[in-house]
Amino acid sequence: MDLRLDDIRLVYPDGEGTLTAVDGVSLRVPSGTTTALLGPSGAGKSSLLAVAAGLTRPSEGQVRIGGEVVLTPTTSDPDATRLRLDRIGLVFQQPQLIGSLTALEQLELQAHLRGKRRSTVRAHALELLDAVGLGEQAHKRPATLSGGQRQRVAIARALVGSPDVLLVDEPTSALDQERGTQVVELLTRLGRELDAAVLLVSHDAGTLGSVDDTAQMIDGALSNCRSGH
Amino acid sequence: MFVALRDLRHARGRFALVTTVVVMVALLVTFLSMLTAGLARASTSAITDLPVDHLAFTTSEEGADPDVTSSRVTETEWEAWAKEPGVSAADPLGIVTTRATAETTTAVTTFGVDPGSALAPAGLADGEVVLTAGAADDLGIDVGGELILDGEAFQVSALAEEDLEYSHTPVVWMSLADWQAIGARGVADDGSVATVVALTTDGSVDLAAADAAIGTTTVSTHDARAAVSSFTAENTSLTTMQGFLMAISALVVGAFFTVWTIGRQGDIAVLKALGAPTGYLLLDAVGQAALLLVGGVAVGTGIAAGAATLLGGALPVLVSPATTLVPAAALVVLGLLGAGAAVMRITRTDPHAALASR
Repeated sequence: MDLRLDDIRLVYPDGEGTLTAVDGVSLRVPSGTTTALLGPSGAGKSSLLAVAAGLTRPSEGQVRIGGEVVLTPTTSDPDATRLRLDRIGLVFQQPQLIGSLTALEQLELQAHLRGKRRSTVRAHALELLDAVGLGEQAHKRPATLSGGQRQRVAIARALVGSPDVLLVDEPTSALDQERGTQVVELLTRLGRELDAAVLLVSHDAGTLGSVDDTAQMIDGALSNCRSGH
Repeated sequence: MFVALRDLRHARGRFALVTTVVVMVALLVTFLSMLTAGLARASTSAITDLPVDHLAFTTSEEGADPDVTSSRVTETEWEAWAKEPGVSAADPLGIVTTRATAETTTAVTTFGVDPGSALAPAGLADGEVVLTAGAADDLGIDVGGELILDGEAFQVSALAEEDLEYSHTPVVWMSLADWQAIGARGVADDGSVATVVALTTDGSVDLAAADAAIGTTTVSTHDARAAVSSFTAENTSLTTMQGFLMAISALVVGAFFTVWTIGRQGDIAVLKALGAPTGYLLLDAVGQAALLLVGGVAVGTGIAAGAATLLGGALPVLVSPATTLVPAAALVVLGLLGAGAAVMRITRTDPHAALASR
């Protein structure tokens, strides 16, 4: 299902005035494709991602998934939480894995949160760990994995619920160019295989050769888009 | 409990530490509870187990609390009580602690009763005494032996079935006439005296009106425990200690989960960002606390009850559901309140924080 951001505006209080973090951004990410959002620090990329994830409500505008309006300025926290659980996968700048869970349990947690038995997703979770090259590490905890391995577990975790949308925040910031490129290629490939709309925030254009589209953000607004189709 | 159980396993050192504290507090609270009940029984069982329902006292001042030591009733008063509608028996009962000598000398409490009354144990007559088994043991005497009380000799006619105590001394029953003769409360101008009037009522008696008319203060045998000075002092001290220990336990558990929850803020933000509802996270955290508390309290209470059962003869402890399960339940509930207050900060965790690097 497509992800659409319609005229998103995000304004924060800033002292006695306000700060416009996102200024009227509209963007469409078709299902099965990956769009990279580029821009310098402070351009509003992560703020836009937070809006798309329902972590922050937009001041104006709306978010649609598959044509359905899912987030507006008045969406409640529980509704946004439910949306993330059911339809959105999130990959953070740092892997943000739960220290007490093994790699497999990180993925099974998603099923548990949805009220399903862990056994119902175990096969799919192991497949995903295999797909990210960590089939042999399924029973290891984060502390015993490398940084790149942890990031790949985080990607598998975001995909285990078969989300319509995958939102990825600076996934390569802690990796070198080669590993960063591999991670982006992995995300693009898995997004295509799972037919998810992938929106990826990055400041590192050198790792984005495999993405379908890029969009540039400066000062809270989109400056240009490039289609790789 | 998906994350909670794995956190318990992963951070077992920290949880083992706080569980050990809970075990020790539970052990102490349960032991104190059993000791409080045991000491209360050693102080007042001879009063609470009397085959009557109320005791009438006289007090030195109007409105003062009843006190066995200062109460002194006369024949006029127990006869007046006997005439009250709804009172089926009003018997004088003399109570005084004194020295008793047989093979050894020890403190005993003499209970002076009319030999024909319901208060009198079987086999009691003038010039004879009935001892509890505890008193017989302490004094090294048996049925048929001679017991000296205040210089007067009495023959032991029987041993009582129950090992009752008053103010931590064994009880010796004797006739009211003998009790008066050994100088317990002297003799009044208007006839014999005793300490209290023991009442058997049918529940329809207007006690306040009768007290006002007769000049006594009447309380149930259960409430009469407060008239035994040793009981009040012990019970207040030990109950206060239990209360403090329970409060300390709740604070320790609350403090642990406050620090624990602060340390988990990052994980909680991530879990919320992944779609975990706040209610789920709260239940997970409270469930974790409940597991810790129930486990710790069960072990502590079990050790205390087991030790008390083994050492029951050497210590004045009473093992019963009221002295073990009730304080255990109170510890769990108070601990959960402390933990619940600590984990409430989960509701304030912003999932947006998951986007920040850590």
